[in-house]
Amino acid sequence: MTPAPRADGRGWLVAPALVCLVAMFVYPFAYGLFLSFQPMEGGGVFANYLKFFSEPTLWPTVIITLKLAVPATLINVGASIPAAFALRKSTRASKFVTMLLVIPVTLGTVLIADGMLTYYGPNGWFPQALHALGLYHDEVRLTHNFWGVLISLVISGFPFAFLLILSYVTGIDPTLARAAGTLGAGPWQQFRLIYLPLLVPGLTMAACLSFVQAFSVFPSAVLLGVPAGATRVVSIAAYEAAFESYDYSLASCVAIVMGFVQLLIVAGMLGARRAFYSGPTTGGKG
Amino acid sequence: MNRANKTSVATPAAAMAAHNGDFMATQASQRQSAAAPEARRKMRREGPGSRLWRVLVWGAMIFFLVNVALMIATVTMNSFATRWFGTPLPEGFTLHWYAQAWRDFQLADVLWVTVEVVGAVVLLSIALGVPAAYALARAQFPGKKLAMLVFLLPLMVPPVTYGIPMATVLYKVGLGGTLTGVILANLVPSLPFVILVMTPFIEQIDPNLESAARIFGANTFKYFRHVLLPLLVPGILAAGLLVLVRTIGMFELTFFTAGPDTQTLVVALYYAVFSTGVRAPQSIDAMAMIYMAITLLWVLIALQFVSPTQLVSRVKEAPKGE
Repeated sequence: MTPAPRADGRGWLVAPALVCLVAMFVYPFAYGLFLSFQPMEGGGVFANYLKFFSEPTLWPTVIITLKLAVPATLINVGASIPAAFALRKSTRASKFVTMLLVIPVTLGTVLIADGMLTYYGPNGWFPQALHALGLYHDEVRLTHNFWGVLISLVISGFPFAFLLILSYVTGIDPTLARAAGTLGAGPWQQFRLIYLPLLVPGLTMAACLSFVQAFSVFPSAVLLGVPAGATRVVSIAAYEAAFESYDYSLASCVAIVMGFVQLLIVAGMLGARRAFYSGPTTGGKG
Repeated sequence: MNRANKTSVATPAAAMAAHNGDFMATQASQRQSAAAPEARRKMRREGPGSRLWRVLVWGAMIFFLVNVALMIATVTMNSFATRWFGTPLPEGFTLHWYAQAWRDFQLADVLWVTVEVVGAVVLLSIALGVPAAYALARAQFPGKKLAMLVFLLPLMVPPVTYGIPMATVLYKVGLGGTLTGVILANLVPSLPFVILVMTPFIEQIDPNLESAARIFGANTFKYFRHVLLPLLVPGILAAGLLVLVRTIGMFELTFFTAGPDTQTLVVALYYAVFSTGVRAPQSIDAMAMIYMAITLLWVLIALQFVSPTQLVSRVKEAPKGE
């Protein structure tokens, strides 16, 4: 064999993984798209999509999900920035806190939902503490409603956003800000003029990932929310279509709509970033 | 105000140090003189109100952590509680719920399925992912960009979105509800994860090693087996542990594709919480404790080899042991 084709030959090592993902990810997506245009109950090609956008049990799910996902993303990313700055120096305290924050992410939403049901439930420690401290006197209702799901999105989403943003913040050379400080920039100016422009690509990425994660909320919306009412999110509609009414065609349609809305928002955020800042996309030593 | 406060604190400390024994005093004053310019610079950098800000940030952080800790403590407490309703502490403690959870939820079967699924996913994603990462790091081939996109997408698209079409296909070909189906479904996020963790790791291995091995007559397989693989062990270990932790907690894909006999622990826990009222809540919390113990054990092991940020997303930096 001549050297040139051998270099190409090594490329075949990618084949097994690629075949696996094409079969399990690309093909199902394509099949789902195809299936969504073949409504189970007949009708035109777009019957499923028409149904989705006219049925009062289906289209409001998109709005409900956005009502949960947008505040959750804003809280998680917004709170992560000051937290990441407070903990960016690698002290023992910051390492310990970072370590602790890993726990809610790895435990997952199902366990968080289970814990929240008791802890925030009407007789749990949280309402008990509020009553004992005299902060709130009525019955505390934080589960089986909108707030329960939002809190669970913050508990699982904040550590995720924080750890992502922390890795971006620590990637920025602190001497840049120190140089600005020498030239008389206060902490706010250092943040606004040095850190923020370098952080924007990372923040956009973190916001996109946080949003997509919050938008696909599923177990906590069922366990902590009102799956038939106030927290009937898109994924519940898709699940019900597929596994309760066995209408895979409609379920695929809902999944496609879900993916499309995510894509739209993510594209919007990336577009907004480009409008806001153009320059090197990697923060750091340069 | 901030500045005045800090200097007034610093002066008595120095005075006190001077009153102490010789050795202590010299050491302390040395440290004092070394720390003074640093402290002064720090003060200049941070304006007034920055202390209030820091208290606020740390306060919010501690409030969050305390809530999470108490939430976990609630589950722990409840799993040992005889009866607990509306009081700060339960009436008594028992181990009875663990035995009941083990029987009621058939945890022996569930745990065995979990071991099978997680083990197979870790081994398969490494066996398929490492060669692919090698190809992406070293080889040039047509469609490389496209391959990269196929590997990136499953990490960007959330499991709920692609899980439903995937489950549809699996049920159509008769793999829905089977162990194979669950393993294949879980490969979708794990395999790209291994590839994206391993590619930068392989990139930083000296390519001259490959040339040297080839001069001595090694083919790609021999080079892989005798040169690359030993060098990759730390990276493979890290990637494997990350996939393991993520697969134990992967709910959505397993939930969509598992049948009654192929539930992993997290799916069984979901069904238990979903049907609260059928079983005692303490029994459910005992199961949650078992799930939590298994997860945290592996998280602790994983944290010996990876940084916390790697548990969250694919890495920017190469794993430790570089």
